[in-house]
Amino acid sequence: MNRLQATLHDSFVEAERHLRVIPRNIELLIFATIQPIMFLALFAYVFGGSISIPGFDNYDQFLMPGIFSQSLVFGSAFTSIGLAEDLSKGLVDRLRSLPMSRSAVIIGRTVSDLVRNLLTFGVMLVAAFLLGFRFGGSVTDAVLATGLLVLFSYALSWVQALIGLAVSSVEAANSAGFIWMFPLTFVSSAFVDPSTMPGWLEAVANANPFTVVTNAARSLYNGLPVGNDAWLSLAWSVGLVVVFSMIATRKFSRSTSS
Amino acid sequence: MTKDHAVQMQGVVKRFGDTLALDGVDLAVPAGAVYGLLGPNGAGKTTSVKVLTTLIRPDAGTAIIDGIDVVENPNDVRRRIGLTGQYAAVDERLTARENLVYIGRLFHLGTAKARLRAGELLDRFDLADSADRVVKGFSGGMRRRLDIAMSLIANPSVLFLDEPTTGLDPRSRLGMWDVIEDLAADGTTVLLTTQYLEEADRLAEQIVVIDQGRVIAEGTPDELKSRTGGALLQVSIARAENRELAMSVLTPLCTGRVEVRDDRTFEAPITAGDRVVPTVIRALDDAGVDVLDVVVRRPSLDDVFLALTGHVASAEEATS
Repeated sequence: MNRLQATLHDSFVEAERHLRVIPRNIELLIFATIQPIMFLALFAYVFGGSISIPGFDNYDQFLMPGIFSQSLVFGSAFTSIGLAEDLSKGLVDRLRSLPMSRSAVIIGRTVSDLVRNLLTFGVMLVAAFLLGFRFGGSVTDAVLATGLLVLFSYALSWVQALIGLAVSSVEAANSAGFIWMFPLTFVSSAFVDPSTMPGWLEAVANANPFTVVTNAARSLYNGLPVGNDAWLSLAWSVGLVVVFSMIATRKFSRSTSS
Repeated sequence: MTKDHAVQMQGVVKRFGDTLALDGVDLAVPAGAVYGLLGPNGAGKTTSVKVLTTLIRPDAGTAIIDGIDVVENPNDVRRRIGLTGQYAAVDERLTARENLVYIGRLFHLGTAKARLRAGELLDRFDLADSADRVVKGFSGGMRRRLDIAMSLIANPSVLFLDEPTTGLDPRSRLGMWDVIEDLAADGTTVLLTTQYLEEADRLAEQIVVIDQGRVIAEGTPDELKSRTGGALLQVSIARAENRELAMSVLTPLCTGRVEVRDDRTFEAPITAGDRVVPTVIRALDDAGVDVLDVVVRRPSLDDVFLALTGHVASAEEATS
């Protein structure tokens, strides 16, 4: 087995460890699904009537892709919690004492979290349809939109991996993994048009990669011209994966229970 | 560096910020031996194990497993070792069998062989009945047994057990001692750390006492005990009315004060190795005191530790 094969093999074994237990903890999956559906319903009914967005007849068509995007990003927080748990329980020590690939533990974790996020996303999409959401473009556009969102969520999983390894407890990972997602997702185009924000905040919102990804997905879901947003969001995701996979793997190679 | 040493450390130094965790540790464990690394919390036991198992890099000195340097060839070292850390490192969402197969596959045994090996280990560690239960419901003792079984999946030549009985109830602790004694009988080299002196005494043929990052003593349990020099004499007499008489006979024979335990029992420090028992019996007999029992209690490792370090080995919750 060469190095690449070993990494793939070990990553697969790690991913399988996490995927195998999803049906055993169905509660976790249910609650992970309820939250985005609740967000969908709350925003659609509470704000739906009072918010109008230029270029959109219906706020739902604007909002729901934003909520898809936010939910997938929130889903990446599982990665920091999971790794912090493996670290605090001494499992990372055990894995680091094995002759296995260094990156496989995080690859397996992020990939399995991606699968779980996709499950949640599927349920949310059905809920959105029941609430009246429709694809404005082709199915291919919708698939591309979903792909961009999922890839961005996967990229943030690597950021979360680093957080999970850097903090000292599962509780800290829980907070540290979530806290920055609120400004990330709210100071963006997910819920409102950034041009309604104060000037400085609008600048931040427009520079936010989350805005780029959300705009790209929203345009594709609604069959609107996507412009450079699709490529930009792809670049952001790939860039984040490249940078954070190096940092997080390096961090993993030095992590040990305290 | 001799080849027949399974574990060697020479002048290993490790610093964490301002704390000097290891201050030049030397250690040599012959292949097949069971060594105990004994010391209080923060002495450097776990840090030593982490250096030897490639988890942390030493700042200075060398650490060698089966002739292989842990810093230069960590992956070759990892193929030869098993580590059971301070926490039972199991995935509690998986069953016992799944945990074992999982680690076996990470050793690239292949699924079939990993399954086979898992079955053997489940039988051996008395977990066969619970093999397909999720570990979350396991007792501390069962988790620990599974933890050790996971460390043995690839037949390591050296096994590291970091405080294997910390947090276990007394019955599970006895069970774990049996497990470790079986491993030793199989010829696995074992380095175990403990803050329980009784445990080192029972399991290890050689004990290395470590305190504040340094090895302060090494020897067999007997050698360490005799190093404190003293022993304790316990005498029981037949009739309480002879108490004063017995005390006056005993006092000149002992090295310290004679303590009265109850009406008919006395305890006093003596010099170990003297032919003190016959002397005591003869002296009491000559004075007309009927002796029921004379016992010489050799010092426990607690006494040894106190004598070596000037402080008692603390038994607080394990941390570093």
